[in-house]
Amino acid sequence: MTTTDLPSPGELPEVTVDPAAMRHLADAQVNVELDTGDMVLNIGPQHPATHGTLRLVVRLDGERVVSADPIIGYMHRGYEKLTEFRTYPQITTLINRIDWLSSFANEVPFIAAAEQLMSIEAPPRAQYQRTILTELSRIATFLLFLGEMGLQVGAITPAFYGFRDREYVLNLIEAVTGGRFHPNFNRIGGIKDDLPWGWISECRTTMNKVLASCDEFDDLVVGNPIFQKRTRSIGIIPQQLGAAYGVSGSNLRASGIDWDLRRDGPKYLVYDELDWQVWTHPDGDSFSRYWVRLQETRESARMVLQMLDQMPSGPLMAKVPRIIKVPEGEVFVNTENPLGEMGYYVISKGATGPFRTKIRSASFSNVSILPWLLRGSYVPDIITILASLYFILGDIDR
Amino acid sequence: MADSVVTPTEPVVREEAAAALERLQAELGDAIVEHGGALGDAVVRVRRDAWRRSAQVCKEKLECDYLSFIAGIDWMPTPSVTEEGSGDTSTPAQPKEQTYGSAGSAGRYQLLAVVESTRRKSWRVILKTDLPDDDLHAESWVTVYPGADWHEREAWEMYGFVFDGHPSLRHLYLPSEFEGHPLRKDFPLLAREVKPWPGLVDVEPMPGDDAGDGEEGESA
Repeated sequence: MTTTDLPSPGELPEVTVDPAAMRHLADAQVNVELDTGDMVLNIGPQHPATHGTLRLVVRLDGERVVSADPIIGYMHRGYEKLTEFRTYPQITTLINRIDWLSSFANEVPFIAAAEQLMSIEAPPRAQYQRTILTELSRIATFLLFLGEMGLQVGAITPAFYGFRDREYVLNLIEAVTGGRFHPNFNRIGGIKDDLPWGWISECRTTMNKVLASCDEFDDLVVGNPIFQKRTRSIGIIPQQLGAAYGVSGSNLRASGIDWDLRRDGPKYLVYDELDWQVWTHPDGDSFSRYWVRLQETRESARMVLQMLDQMPSGPLMAKVPRIIKVPEGEVFVNTENPLGEMGYYVISKGATGPFRTKIRSASFSNVSILPWLLRGSYVPDIITILASLYFILGDIDR
Repeated sequence: MADSVVTPTEPVVREEAAAALERLQAELGDAIVEHGGALGDAVVRVRRDAWRRSAQVCKEKLECDYLSFIAGIDWMPTPSVTEEGSGDTSTPAQPKEQTYGSAGSAGRYQLLAVVESTRRKSWRVILKTDLPDDDLHAESWVTVYPGADWHEREAWEMYGFVFDGHPSLRHLYLPSEFEGHPLRKDFPLLAREVKPWPGLVDVEPMPGDDAGDGEEGESA
């Protein structure tokens, strides 16, 4: 084959891709000339970049990915079935374990669904504390990402920084809820306990630490030329395709879609009382996903600082019957979790437990774009793309 | 704290949802069988032959560019492990009669999907369609929303729904040799058959104790 067999630029299919991504075409041609055979590479089920057990069967032509097939289900626990046999308060312990890095944020939409069906509203102080704990979960989740993403492209130092700072935040969560990962702290109608003594000043100190360490990440990782070379124009998600795949959260905002359920969804928690902004990045590549999460970590820390100042006093629980029976009805509550849109479609038939719960988890849809996204990329970039999408296997498999 | 209990005085369907419903009605016409509300959201039940067309309309005419999820519902009553009033509150006692949720249903199986807009505030539609028991087929949404791929595979393995036009309906979560459809209500949760409620306190008698004497507080 000669170069003349390649389609001329005018005949190329109409795809709007970053010009840098077009280099795959040139490589494809080299491989055609060398006539390399396909090779199947099996990544996982155990791989540090997968946060659990994701298996990826990749067909390679030289270093280039021809097709990729994620195989999931190694951690499927059947939560949707289990919810049909449990009462509402029992279910919160289950859903804590969906996305285990931000358990508290998982509880919020489910509890909100039950509360909305029961026409109960948690008192303002409980709403504030829920928002604070949700944002702390987000910071903890993102700090792990900020460090770990460096690790995946070969930088060891950020990982230590990330883990160190995340520990400060987890200590705060532990001080309030008693658990680092699985707080089970939300109750239908409010929150279990008030903040411990001295927590607010401790939290303020930690948030300032987080803001300082975000600057460190900015210098150390974002400004690093090697990191930029490894992530810029790698794994570009086009806006409309990303949305049609159901990619959500920071991954979608990194593709330039200005959509955040905290601001654009039906009102939940107290986000409308805070002064904050939604960050987007136009590029849609791995770098922009990192950049957006870094900005969102800062924004969350600022939000927590604001809430500490504004928090009202008052009760923590609304009036709730002793045995919780949720009236007949159905509701879909979705919230902006650290990993993206987390929603519960709860159908109640008036019993103490739901009739059917559909759990819409963010990572499931975020990862479903992988076959499209990995096609044409290089083997080392697979890891970068996986890391930058940032998923938790418990959130995929449920 | 009587003031913390809010009585549902607000409209059944939110303003944005009502506007979305109106536009959907104009586009789909008699393909809509029934519509209802789910605490602020519009639930639209469409004819089965209009399932894919309604997705297309949502995407092209209603600016719903984002697919949240596709799932199945089995309206058969949950087989009760515990009886109402038996004092055992470990497992919820569900009603025994078959009732249907918002916008109704013609039978046991239903498809459920939520599409949202990333461009407009709180703009989303909940779509449902009925699948007759003897013909669990529906058109695939993959050509409209590519993200439907995995959701439909999930509904296929969990409920046995078949999506015409789906590129490859194969197992997603479960091993390929798995038989049955776990989320159907007549598929038993084996863990509960073996032991009604794993959280029950059961104190095992110590070896040497008389049978039945092992319970805490009864000795001495």
